Amino acid sequence: MSTLAHTSSEAPLLSVKNLETYFPLSHGTVRAVDGVSFEVRRGTIVGLVGESGSGKTTLGRSILRLVEPTGGEARFEDKDLLTLSPREMRAYRRRLQIIFQDPYSSLNPRMRVGAILAEALDTHGLAKGSARAPRIAELLTRVGLSPEHAKRFPHEFSGGQRQRIGIARALAVEPELIVADEPVSALDVSVQAQILNLMQELQKEFGLTMLFVAHDLSVVEYLCDEVVVMYLGRIMERGPSAQVYSRPRHPYTKALLATAPIPDPTVKRERIILKGDIPSPLDPPSGCVFRTRCPYAAPICAENRPPDEAVGLDHFVACVRKDELATSGEL
Amino acid sequence: MADTTAAEDVVIDPSRARRLSEFWYYFSENRGAVIGLVVFIILVLAAVLAPLITPHAPAMQYRDAVLLPPAWEANGRAAYLLGTDAVGRDIFSRLLYGAQFSLFIGVVVTLLALVGGIVVGVIAGYFGGWIDTLIMRLMDIILAFPSLLLALVLVAVLGPGLTNAMIAIALVLQPHFVRLTRAAVMAEKNREYVVAARVAGAGSWRLMFRTILPNCMAPLIVQATLSFSNAILDAAALGFLGMGAQPPTPEWGTMLAEAREFILRAWWVVTFPGLAILITVLAINLMGDGLRDALDPKLKRS
Repeated sequence: MSTLAHTSSEAPLLSVKNLETYFPLSHGTVRAVDGVSFEVRRGTIVGLVGESGSGKTTLGRSILRLVEPTGGEARFEDKDLLTLSPREMRAYRRRLQIIFQDPYSSLNPRMRVGAILAEALDTHGLAKGSARAPRIAELLTRVGLSPEHAKRFPHEFSGGQRQRIGIARALAVEPELIVADEPVSALDVSVQAQILNLMQELQKEFGLTMLFVAHDLSVVEYLCDEVVVMYLGRIMERGPSAQVYSRPRHPYTKALLATAPIPDPTVKRERIILKGDIPSPLDPPSGCVFRTRCPYAAPICAENRPPDEAVGLDHFVACVRKDELATSGEL
Repeated sequence: MADTTAAEDVVIDPSRARRLSEFWYYFSENRGAVIGLVVFIILVLAAVLAPLITPHAPAMQYRDAVLLPPAWEANGRAAYLLGTDAVGRDIFSRLLYGAQFSLFIGVVVTLLALVGGIVVGVIAGYFGGWIDTLIMRLMDIILAFPSLLLALVLVAVLGPGLTNAMIAIALVLQPHFVRLTRAAVMAEKNREYVVAARVAGAGSWRLMFRTILPNCMAPLIVQATLSFSNAILDAAALGFLGMGAQPPTPEWGTMLAEAREFILRAWWVVTFPGLAILITVLAINLMGDGLRDALDPKLKRS
């Protein structure tokens, strides 16, 4: 297998193989996540990008079993999370946390901030009794809030402050892996940068491993060591950020990068303009799911699902025409 | 330590005071609600202070003062303000003691229906599937009966008496709470803060009653006030039909039943208990409407 030959030797913290999450509807099945494989190494941030409806949020939630996956495996260290019973899973919840997209709906409006942070400590029996208050104060201070804020209700905070509380909640149980589900896309641009800086600091300080879901490629470039590009429930390309950004090898990645604004007006670049909408996941195109919108689509693309093939160290692309396009200079 | 707690109190107070003042603002906007509240407070005071302010014991029969008209009528006596009934008991005193019964019935029945309805409704809304279907069809069956008729049948089975009447009325009122709770839980359970609590490792019980339930309380409180008046009304009706409180209990419905045969001869024996029921129920309903305006954001005029 070429996939094995090109991966680094260190054992990954999270290894997802052929993960599938299907939602049965009355008139068909939505394949939200359709056979996805990737790895997250300890201490790194992996960005998961794609358009709306590409299944990136579902993928993040499937790994945490907030959505029950239909098949495949998600190995955390050496344990497949998907085979755990609900009781066993509750023990693993301490090691896996999530930061939500919407800081307005993710904090219980009837609980004070202190109680929100204490909830996870309570269920896992951490920082009991007199250790509780200092721990909560420490968490709040660490995310840039003041210890007195523990006595307030969520509605008294701004969006950015609420997201800080969300981050403090995720950190409370000292998790090993955090799934950040578009943590900044509901925030103002000025606040986004503050939150991203905070997340980066915390990642360095605690050596966190993070799966960072985003639809904004510039955010991911700034923060992530590796990028996974998803389209319609499948991975199109994945690899180290530097490589993927400097030389995207999949037409979809290139198109996505073309949509990101460059702050320098003198830079000219060739654009791939994507036409139309993402196809319905109820009835995905045969072969390569991207072919209906791909400017380089050929009849061969409709035949088989393109395999993940290595094009560099840890760099994989699912496109049957990638070599052809590379030699012709189109990609 | 003392210093920190003091500082914390200062932090809490503004928010709570603000929420309270906001609540009062919306509540006081509704004049009917304020009148209802005032009447209700007077009623509660009358019930609590009944032993002190009543001129006579409620069961005391004055053989020399049978069917006396109210004090302002020609043959009335000042000692019996609202007149006396067929066995010479003071109607005014009995009405005040009756307020105790009515409020007691309201509180107990509402609590029973509320607690039962919340537990069943949260379970139905949270688990869904066949549990939900089973519970809701059962509630539909209860709702399909005219409520008083069902209460009557239940009392007939359990045996007449105030306790059984209260149980029967609570059972009849419960489906409304179940439905409300279920609807609110279903709306709340998919919110992200619930997912967040699950990620924190919270189990089903904690999710249901600590995380979700407090966010579903506003419509339930409103329904509870309206059920309070319903309970009083139903209890009076059962009393009137001889299935509720038994004589000589000074319960308003029972008083009406005892006075039935004197409707034409002595108007006061039926009018005053009837008025008491009317005023109480009206006051509580008005108050409930005001509470709904103030608490239920969906109905709030903005």
